Amino acid sequence: MVQKNKSVKELNPEYKLESRGLNLFYGQKQALKDVSIQMSANTVTAFIGPSGCGKSTFLRCFNRMNDLIEGVKIDGEVLIDNVDIYKNEIDVYEYRKKVGMVFQKPNPFPKSIFENVAFGLRINGEKSKSYIEDTVEYALKQAALWNEVKDSLHKSAIAISGGQQQRLCIARAIAVKPSILLMDEPASALDPLSTTKIEELIHTLKDNYTIVIVTHNMQQAARISDKTAYFYMGELIEYDLTEKIFTNPARIETENYITGRFG
Amino acid sequence: MIHLDRELEQLKKSTTAMWILVQSQIEKAYKALAANDKDLAREVIANEKRVNSMELKIDSDCEDLFALYSPVASDLRTVLATLKINTNLERIGDLAEGICKHILSEENAFDKELLKASDIQEMYDVVIEIMKDVLQAYIKEDTKLARTIFKKDEILNEINMLATKNITEYIGSDISKIEAGLNFLSIIRKLERVGDQITNIAEEIIFSHEAKVLKHL
Repeated sequence: MVQKNKSVKELNPEYKLESRGLNLFYGQKQALKDVSIQMSANTVTAFIGPSGCGKSTFLRCFNRMNDLIEGVKIDGEVLIDNVDIYKNEIDVYEYRKKVGMVFQKPNPFPKSIFENVAFGLRINGEKSKSYIEDTVEYALKQAALWNEVKDSLHKSAIAISGGQQQRLCIARAIAVKPSILLMDEPASALDPLSTTKIEELIHTLKDNYTIVIVTHNMQQAARISDKTAYFYMGELIEYDLTEKIFTNPARIETENYITGRFG
Repeated sequence: MIHLDRELEQLKKSTTAMWILVQSQIEKAYKALAANDKDLAREVIANEKRVNSMELKIDSDCEDLFALYSPVASDLRTVLATLKINTNLERIGDLAEGICKHILSEENAFDKELLKASDIQEMYDVVIEIMKDVLQAYIKEDTKLARTIFKKDEILNEINMLATKNITEYIGSDISKIEAGLNFLSIIRKLERVGDQITNIAEEIIFSHEAKVLKHL
């Protein structure tokens, strides 16, 4: 039963994430052009578009990951909870705690399952053993992995399946209690069963997190997101309710892309 | 052209072929009525099996398209509209068959006076005209042409509304005319239903190309 037919604005009137007139340059090359978007709390937003359209670059603006790339220049505003995270006085580390990130390829640390999830807590200075244990259990349950690994928490994370590793990475992100989860093609390296588990998980996590996902899988975007944004050559071409985008997009460019007639 | 385009083109060809068959069924049903040609009426009834098998094939093709291509946006609307057009065409086929069964149930030809009193000729002319127009609208993706049939369907509704009165007057006090009169009234009702089905098809054509839902307005 599809239950996404309420407008997102109706579901939650507050914008959790926002960008205003955002431009991003890699040296001379402009990768994002005047991108303005608002994403409500506790929603799933999918970014779609062809390779090189800027969707992953844009996703990484929300945890300032692009800062690490040499020659990047950004102007415009990126807001989390109505605060511009690119302002000078902002404590980037504090803001990054609000934002968890999951990548295309599962990247567990070569440590035990338990230590992978506990890692963020430990580097944040958490000392309480019971708090760490409770949080690891909570995060693994949230990531729908607990039942599969509860008896082997001290087994190496490298030894579990790819689908489990990806859910472990989600648990690791959740453990530090972010309110936002950014996912860059989280299921593209997984088999269909693991993909379904990740998608189901995203549905569940939406209750507690605001999720932004970059995906090349059109049907995945359609299945899991409340709103979809189509990017092309650094521009946000269309942003609307996912039902609208996949049944009657306003722009011909979007229609051509989602129906496979692009280019 | 992507592969889906070729599949959609094939679907359109199959639907058009079914449309032409159904239209011919309606035309033959009228000829059988006007000329009391019972053999032609039997032919229409026999042909109904072909209409049914075409409906099943188009249904199955649409199912395959959903399963294999996951169509979205205009492609999705095209397949959805085709499914509904297919159902409506099959029902028109059923109605043509029903008319022919009424013709066969009458031992003699329907009285010419009854044909005249009921305006059935005009009704048939309108039905055939709108069937052809909507087929053109479908082939040429012409939503403007599809919209023109809504007014014409009203003519059918009016004739249908007056039919009870006209046929009651025809029967008058001659009790022997009752059965023929009632049989004929059923034919009129069926033609009016054909108009409704064609209107539904026109709405689907508009939905398919403009994403506008005109149903129940």
